[in-house]
Amino acid sequence: MHLDQLLIRKAIQAKLDLRTRDEVIEKSGELLVAAGAIEPRYTAAMKRVVDELGPYCVIAPGIALLHARPDDGVKRTCLALITLKTPLAFGHSSNDPVDLAFALGATDKQSHISALAELAGFLSDDKFLRILRESEDSAVLQESIFDVLHNRK
Amino acid sequence: MVIATLCGMGFGTSMMLKLFIDDILKAENLKAETTPWDLGSFKGNRADIVVAPVDMEPHLRDYPAKIVLIKNLVDKQEIKEKILSAIKELS
Repeated sequence: MHLDQLLIRKAIQAKLDLRTRDEVIEKSGELLVAAGAIEPRYTAAMKRVVDELGPYCVIAPGIALLHARPDDGVKRTCLALITLKTPLAFGHSSNDPVDLAFALGATDKQSHISALAELAGFLSDDKFLRILRESEDSAVLQESIFDVLHNRK
Repeated sequence: MVIATLCGMGFGTSMMLKLFIDDILKAENLKAETTPWDLGSFKGNRADIVVAPVDMEPHLRDYPAKIVLIKNLVDKQEIKEKILSAIKELS
């Protein structure tokens, strides 16, 4: 599975005006529910993971990767991306504040791995991060991301 | 040598770490068995090196292994420097 299959176009939203970590989790869950990719209970599970395990989901400066377990209600492997108008503190010791939040749903522990490796590569690419951070509009952001993904192949 | 990569679920962050570390080991011609784990299942298992996100440190205090904490989990340079220095220390 490639990243362009994992990312759900309509679940990419730019510069949302969200005020708390929980709002970010709820919104990204909502986008994946609307796409038919997860059940609503998955959203609650993502919240529980952050509550129980702490803010380690902030995997890099400004970047959060939210997820729960396959059996928490994932219908198909999926990825949402929210960029924030105002960066928010998630409570991480060095990577706060967060302005990019990915929400991953995986149906098993294997199928998404190559896409995840691809994502990790992109997230270490400053040019790609600049595109994510500078797109002011969801449609533009969606276009730009898929342009990059298709041109890299 | 056994390297365990940890995250809360065992297939997101820890998998990403495993993929990066396997690349690094290959490039350096080093051999190790790298396995991703979720924190809960890992407890009680043996590893020479445990690699985890920095904010998981409170869960790993007193764990009998060399603990490597990573701040930026997509920064290959940080991961490389820390993992190679841990391997060097143990060999």
